[in-house]
Amino acid sequence: MSNTTIAVAMSGGVDSSTVAAMLRAEGHDVVGLTMQLWNQRRLAGHPGMPETSTGRCCSLDDVYDARRVAETIGIPYYVVNHEDRFERDVVRPFVEEYLSGRTPIPCSLCNNHLKFDQLLIVAKQIGADQLATGHYARVEFDEARGRWLLKRPTDRSKDQTYFLFGLTQEQLSRTVFPLGNLTKPEVRELAKRHGLALAEKPDSQEICFVPGGDYKNFINAYLSEEGESLPDTSGELVTTDGKIIGEHNGIHNFTVGQRKGLGVATGSPLYVIQIKGDARQVVVGTNDDLLTRTLRAKRINLISIETLREPRRATVKIRHRHEAASATIEQLSPEEIQVTFDDPQRAVTPGQAAVFYDRDVVIGGGWIA
Amino acid sequence: MHRLYLDNNATTPVLPEVFEAMRPYFSEHFGNASSIHHHGQETRAAVERARESVAALFGCRSSEVVFTSGGTEGDNFAVFGLVSPGDHVITSTIEHHAVLNSCKRLEDIGCEITYIPVDGRSQIDPSDVKRALRPTTKLITIMLANNETGVVQAVEKIGAIAREADVYFHTDAVQAAGKITIDVNKIGCDLLSISGHKMHAQQGVGALYVRKGTLLQPMIYGGSHERNRRAGTENVPAIVGLGKAAELAKAGLENGSAQKIAEMRDRLEHTITCSIEGTGVNGGGAPRVPNTANVYFDWIEGEALVIALDLKGLAVSTGAACSSGAIEPSHVLTAMGLSPDRARASLRFSLGKQNKPEDIDFALGLIPETVSRLRELSPVYNR
Repeated sequence: MSNTTIAVAMSGGVDSSTVAAMLRAEGHDVVGLTMQLWNQRRLAGHPGMPETSTGRCCSLDDVYDARRVAETIGIPYYVVNHEDRFERDVVRPFVEEYLSGRTPIPCSLCNNHLKFDQLLIVAKQIGADQLATGHYARVEFDEARGRWLLKRPTDRSKDQTYFLFGLTQEQLSRTVFPLGNLTKPEVRELAKRHGLALAEKPDSQEICFVPGGDYKNFINAYLSEEGESLPDTSGELVTTDGKIIGEHNGIHNFTVGQRKGLGVATGSPLYVIQIKGDARQVVVGTNDDLLTRTLRAKRINLISIETLREPRRATVKIRHRHEAASATIEQLSPEEIQVTFDDPQRAVTPGQAAVFYDRDVVIGGGWIA
Repeated sequence: MHRLYLDNNATTPVLPEVFEAMRPYFSEHFGNASSIHHHGQETRAAVERARESVAALFGCRSSEVVFTSGGTEGDNFAVFGLVSPGDHVITSTIEHHAVLNSCKRLEDIGCEITYIPVDGRSQIDPSDVKRALRPTTKLITIMLANNETGVVQAVEKIGAIAREADVYFHTDAVQAAGKITIDVNKIGCDLLSISGHKMHAQQGVGALYVRKGTLLQPMIYGGSHERNRRAGTENVPAIVGLGKAAELAKAGLENGSAQKIAEMRDRLEHTITCSIEGTGVNGGGAPRVPNTANVYFDWIEGEALVIALDLKGLAVSTGAACSSGAIEPSHVLTAMGLSPDRARASLRFSLGKQNKPEDIDFALGLIPETVSRLRELSPVYNR
């Protein structure tokens, strides 16, 4: 399949750079695209934020690296500005989710609203039939079912399917994940073989637009830059049986499963069990109280099947670093799927995604209510 | 692939005559223009001949020309060389960032700045400038021609206002030089900056007109070069090239070649606006330099159009690129009152002396089909 034009979403990291080099070597017409998503200078100097822009997201260093790769392998390269959409569809919801007591996943929102939406449109407009990214995942067309499938990659330790559950059939049909059958060491080796200077560049870990991973400071800085004040979300610290045992300084400072920073001294360790956004209450309890057998997922996207007609067995992942656990999934209403685990799971967290798997195949997923 | 360059407001190719004029000044006539020996005298003479050529383009005395590293330095020199904390400065909302960000810096050090707005064609009303004058006003800095729309401001009226109020007047003429006649005395400016690479000389050289008697504080200290106004060994080959480009610019304005560029530009604009729905010329109807066409294509992202055209061999631009290379919404178009959507849907085509009528045919062969493909794929257009 040579001579098709493929756009590559280039972040300036090893993975997407290697993708560009691989596709170029295969003889495709490759166009490198980097999305400018966030202007780090906006919050520089706000309390708790770095004085200068040192975060990772859309840093000049990464653009420089991507540009160097494009030059090395001989492809045209462009930076496209999607700052407005990123703020509207990723940053705002990120802040609002925390302020209402949930723990958001901005990477999935970015995939759904930016990478596989806006960037895919740009790719089509500039004449690229497909968009390739450096995600560790696989896409296949299943003739029998007539559907595009999203599958886990060979390198399980790098599996990024959890963040990709929102992809539609149309998006998957135009997407290429060339790293799906490679391990990270193999990718670094390939990068070296293609003469890419960044073969040893470290992986990025944190949320790209939150410097140092400190989301609380980020929320403060963002709201203050927007001329908004941080809403008062302080309230009571209560036990699972409703007893008030103290106060907290704002629900956005807590995550389900959190142990440290509760500000109460008790004999046994206390954990955040639940955050009641409306009542501004943080419910605390023991480790055992964190265990739940069921959850409800909303805003569902199904991939391998069109509809979930009857209850079925699946393994379900409730956070990126969670070992998928056996469960039964069942459509409760048009918008809601109930997951019933065989064994209770620890710290089911509203705002995170529940992603359903049939072995390697992503059935679909939704947002934990 | 056939490639066509229609982004001459970003930079221009060095003309062969300019390159030939520069060539002896690298290895043959290499002397330091400040040296007293033969080698120095040779290059000193070349620098001074170039100064005379630039002076002829400006209509000033050669002693009033200071060579710089380009337009940005000239603008900075004019602004920071005159203004001190406590002073008031009048500028406009559509200046180049070399002026706008210099003014922002002045605000940080205790100056007050008035930003004069523009009308829908990006024209400044000189009476607004007059009204903005204060007893503390030290400088008016308003551009001659805008880099994005090509619209020419009523600088002669502003010059008269400045003279009457006894206020310094600087004009950024980077996008006017070589395109329209510049006469510093008619304009009545005290300072005027130009850039070599916007008029077919090389990048990294420019000139600043400084009216005799203007007390301009140097920005670079060192030797006594440029009559103590700008220290540093002269960049002789670049200055020689600028001198040659100035000669050619002056000749071009007199022999009608600027008119030929205007005809090509007008045909490009006319054909686009007549054959593609939802298009129009930003700043159309206002006096403009002959080479610039800023056209909006409703329902598309200008950024995607620039990329799509580049992949087909046509180089044009939109807005201003930020440090990453991403495109930022144009402050000029938004200041003119364009909606953010239309500002993002606007493209700048800018012609140079190297362009031929068949270039316009090539561009017109690509633009309509590319625009219609983008529109077909646009969520906004199909709604």
